This record gives sequence, C-alpha cells and structure tokens, in this order.
Amino acid sequence: MDDDPDVLETYRDLIAQLPSKPEVDTATSGSRAMVMLEDRAYRLLICDLKMPKMDGLQVLSIVRRKYPQIRTVAFTAVQDEQFRTRAYALGIDQFWYKPTNEQEIKLFQECLESLLGQEVETGFRGVQSKSLVDIIQLECMSQSSSLLRITNGALTGKIWILDGEVVDAETGDLRGEPAFQKIFSWHAGTFETLPAEPSRPRTIFKPYNGLLLECAQVLDESRSRAEQAPAKVDDSPLAALSQIEGIEFLLARNGDSKHQVNRGLENPKRIGAWSRQCLENFRALGERLQVGQLEQIEGTGPQRQVTLARHGKMEFCVGWKNSLPVEEIRELSKKVFALWDS
Amino acid sequence: MGLLNLFNKSSPSLLRLPAGSFTVDRSGALLAGTLPSSFPSELAREIARNILTSFREAAAAHLPLSELVIHYPSLKISARELRGGAVIFLTPKTSDSPLN
Repeated sequence: MDDDPDVLETYRDLIAQLPSKPEVDTATSGSRAMVMLEDRAYRLLICDLKMPKMDGLQVLSIVRRKYPQIRTVAFTAVQDEQFRTRAYALGIDQFWYKPTNEQEIKLFQECLESLLGQEVETGFRGVQSKSLVDIIQLECMSQSSSLLRITNGALTGKIWILDGEVVDAETGDLRGEPAFQKIFSWHAGTFETLPAEPSRPRTIFKPYNGLLLECAQVLDESRSRAEQAPAKVDDSPLAALSQIEGIEFLLARNGDSKHQVNRGLENPKRIGAWSRQCLENFRALGERLQVGQLEQIEGTGPQRQVTLARHGKMEFCVGWKNSLPVEEIRELSKKVFALWDS
Repeated sequence: MGLLNLFNKSSPSLLRLPAGSFTVDRSGALLAGTLPSSFPSELAREIARNILTSFREAAAAHLPLSELVIHYPSLKISARELRGGAVIFLTPKTSDSPLN
C-alpha cells in the first residue's frame, strides 16, 4: 500500500520476483486497502507510513486489531526513529526504510520471503494464545522430546518432556507432580521450547493425558469451592498480595465479570470508579495518539503513591507508601501481577 | 505560475509526536508551551482534558494527586498539578531512549 502508483508498480515487480511467487495486490489509499482486506484473505501487508487521509500508522493499528493473523511490514522513506518505535508498539512484524540501493533491495526481498515462508514452515501464528494444555498435548502427541520453560511474570516453571511423556516439572521449591499442578494453574504467560534433556531423572510416571485430566479436575474442584464461598476466596489472594511491603491498599476488578475485590480501602466504590475511568480514558487517548497499548499509570500525592494498570482481564489500583522510590514500586507492581496470576 | 503548480504534488504529512511541554489552566485552555505548531492544538487539549479530569476525580475520591505519569510503549506523558491547572510534559520513547 502506497499513495504513489509508481512506487507501487516497482515494488509489485520486486515482490513478484520472490521465490515463493506470491500474488500481489496493491492499494493507493488506506480506505481502499481496508475494502480489499474485507474481501480477501491476505498473508502479508506492506504499508507505507506517509499517506494522505488515513496514514500508515492508522491502517496498521486497525489491521493489527481486526486481522491479527496478517503479517505486517511498515515501509517508509521518513528516517525517524520515533515512527519505528510507534510502529513496533502497534505490533507490526518488521519496519523498513525504503531501500536505496541494490543490496538493500535484496535484503528487503529476503526478509519478505522469510516472513511469507514462516507461516508455511512453522505452523500457525499466535501459538502463545493457546492454553498450556494445548501446548503440552501438541508436544506429547507428536512424541517430541523437549524442555518447556514457562514464564508467568516473575515466576518461572519448567516441564521436561521425553518421547511424548511428561517426565518432570519444577517451579520454585516444587518438583514433580505438585510443580506440574502449580504451573498448570497459571492463567497466562509465555513459553519457549528448549532442547531436550534426556538425562533428566523421571519423577512423573503418569501418562500425559491422565496427568492433564487430573490437574484439570483439581482445578475444577478448587473453582467450584471458590464459587460456593466467594467472599472467603476473593479475600485470600488479596491477603497474600497485601503482605508485599509498601502496599497500603489494593483493588482488583475483573473487566469481564465486573467483580471487584479490595483490601485496605475505606471508599472502594469511588476509588474503583476513578481508576476505571482513568484506565479507560488513557487507553482511548493512546489509541488516538497511536502510541501502543497503555502500560501503566503512576500517581503521586501528598499521602501516598498509586499505580493503575490492566493485566489480562484484571484492572488493578494499588496504593503505595509515599516513602517508596518509583523504581521499586515498578518492580513491586510486576510482583503483584505475577502473584495474582499464580 | 499555474504551469508550475502542475508539478506540485501535495505531500501527505505523518503526525510526529513532539517532545515538549505545555501548561493549561483549570478550564483546559492552553496557556504556554514548547510544542511545535505542527502538533494539533486539539490533541494537546484532549491530553490536558484527560489529565485534569484524572486529578479532579482523584481528589473527589479522597486520593489527592499532585503528579501523574502515563506510560505507553512509545510515549510517556508526565503531568504536575498546578493550582487547578497542569503542566504537561510529552516524552516520546524510542529504542535508544532511557527506560524511564
């Protein structure tokens, strides 16, 4: 996509020369590109940034949200580091300054070929949005041997898989089945596959499907207990979190269920309404300015400091003692989110 | 002159986030600032409106704040309360800028 038809023609030719011989469609405006994306499934969008009416950042922002499966490349002649940062903040795959010589053109072609090839060679994109069960099942059903390292905020866990069976797990002080159950209970996180360690001593002897079933049952039971006694269970995670040094109050709200829990607050309704409104206003402002997703809001007052953040479905408002340095509060906030997840 | 205009191609502009500061009064009107004129004043007013609302509603919720810092992946907005108004700093982040 580029507003200059000559540039479009040149790059259409360059892309058509790629070894995978992709079919190329072009658009001279953002609105035209949007119509084309509605009509047909594309694998890759290459988008110029400097465009009239709807600029490239606007287009990429919409495409990343509406068509997350499409790989995106921002492409510009504007040599400005800020646009690179903003484009990556929107979640694009690659940022390129328009090539100016033959060598750069060749590199650009190679990168495009690699982007187009990745989908075919490495399966589906966005595997990180799959649950841990899906990932373990994939590994085990393909009889793989690997070491999965799962990170959930400040917490890390490892699961050893040998010839399609889970043989060991470890997180913190836990090992074996208890460690596997603990990792299994994490709602979100990231994972990476490391080379297998065949010499790892086996501590788990159950078949993987039995192990997964058992963990799911344990989780279901704990959930149903939570539903029967919501007040008691709602308080417990906050009780643990409020033990973190420096926390004065804590308010957590599930964005989906609208259920809110708090600790240490005299007027949770008003503070809750304020934090919700703040997060929503600045989320919308971030979208308008095209600067990526809101990360965190920090407030300082005469009595205390406060952190507002969205973490997954949860919205948090945490009050801190005024004496804590800002850097420490940032670190402790990460700990709060990680502990909540676990 | 008209002939020359034939070769003029209007160049689309891409909004660059400026580094700078501006001051607003309690009603959100811009008083002074170091933002370039290319940055739309409507956007500056919108930023200010959100900041002032946050300060005001925090005070109403018995959580008075004198400073707010809003972090985005590519922009940091810092604001200091100023007798009902605010002084607001915009700091674009790039890969080579310091973390805070």
